[in-house]
Amino acid sequence: MALPDTPLAYPKELERIEIQLLTEGIFRQYGFDFRSYAYSSLKRRIWKRLEAEGLDTISALQERVLHDRVAMERLLADLSVNVTSMFRDPRFYQAFRSRVVPLLRTYPFLRIWHAGCATGEEVYSMAILLAEEDLYERTRIYATDINDVALEQAASGIFPLDQMQDYTQAYLRAGGKRSFSEYYTAAYDGALFSQQLRRNLVFAQHNLATDRSFSEFHVIICRNVMIYFDRTLQNRVHKLFYDSLPVYGMLGLGSKESLRGTAVEDEYEPLDAREKIYRKVR
Amino acid sequence: MRYALVVIGTSAGGLTALERLLAGLPSDFLLPLLIVQHRSRESDLLCEVLAARSPLPVREVLDKDPIEPGVVYLAPPDYHVLVDEGSFALSSDEPVRFARPSIDVAFESAVDTYGARVVGVVLTGANEDGAAGLRRVQAEGGLALAQDPASAEVPRMPAAALAAAPGALALGLEALAAALRAAAAAPALAPARRL
Repeated sequence: MALPDTPLAYPKELERIEIQLLTEGIFRQYGFDFRSYAYSSLKRRIWKRLEAEGLDTISALQERVLHDRVAMERLLADLSVNVTSMFRDPRFYQAFRSRVVPLLRTYPFLRIWHAGCATGEEVYSMAILLAEEDLYERTRIYATDINDVALEQAASGIFPLDQMQDYTQAYLRAGGKRSFSEYYTAAYDGALFSQQLRRNLVFAQHNLATDRSFSEFHVIICRNVMIYFDRTLQNRVHKLFYDSLPVYGMLGLGSKESLRGTAVEDEYEPLDAREKIYRKVR
Repeated sequence: MRYALVVIGTSAGGLTALERLLAGLPSDFLLPLLIVQHRSRESDLLCEVLAARSPLPVREVLDKDPIEPGVVYLAPPDYHVLVDEGSFALSSDEPVRFARPSIDVAFESAVDTYGARVVGVVLTGANEDGAAGLRRVQAEGGLALAQDPASAEVPRMPAAALAAAPGALALGLEALAAALRAAAAAPALAPARRL
């Protein structure tokens, strides 16, 4: 089972204490801050690692990761890698084409921040969309993630070949204008995306929980990343995004996320309410 | 109140069963309900269809939505729904037993947060999602209910749930609605004495 749960007899209060100690220890030893991650998803990911390590208690996992950096990397992969795919939620890309692209045409140079890009599938999707709208030449996409193993994979531009059929379908539903196979070369079991597409992508490690803004952007995309954060950390990240956007800068969230109830709710207006694309207005 | 949240899981045949179950609840029903219905990634009509027939407001869950009394929350397609104290969280972690949303994940997460204050209901369906979760609801002292397999459009899911949680009550849809009305009216348990 991909998402194991706590064993029935495990004491709940103790579990909460152990998870607090574990995340505090990881923060102090390694600087990764999972202390404000949403508890129920954090817990399930910790149990997934516990099972894989063959351990029975969270305290045992704490001992192992604090003394063994390689074990920490395995835990980090479980805690931080988010599921992604090319043209995930095709309607988001349709909305981006119809609502955002016309506004982007007015800028001579474009800076886009894709925060929490994981293995990069959605970054390449955006590069393809912009290329088809004749905007990619003047764009730089800064794609960041906490996990440098995922980033390396993203920067390689190589994705599993057996995914390409699904991605082609999603590309078409997202309003793709050419033939999806034009963008990659098949080699063994990988699909290598073209140098043309990779040219204006910059991949860098950035930790939304602890790092600061590093520039100003016309568009920030952060989809299905903050669902793993609690409200406090969400508000921190929203402040970071707010500070990284000029007035009329745009923010794209996952389709089941919302600014409602966040600290910046009144600073944006919806450009596409269903696909959760917002524009900063003050 | 004795209970904090009702979680309802269903798959094949769920729409008709949900319509009938919700129709049996009064418009001043006080418990929040979370419905986890398996469906395809792009089906977004379920919310409207249920809202048209339900005496209670129906909303698709957005991440961090507060849990409010008397509201029917619907798990969005392609996300797991997790229950935190007073609010929902979404996750796009891998499917569990091929399902996302997973009924087991929702049940287990609800029990983690609310313990014995969860009502779990398994309705018609063609797979066994929800069985492990309902067992967990029962083990923690919550109220475990399942649709009587004989009355279910597709009996496999409630039958599997009843096998996994043998103390669960098997009821027809009208009786399930009555059980939910009774659960909403049940007084709080005396607080557990701490050592």
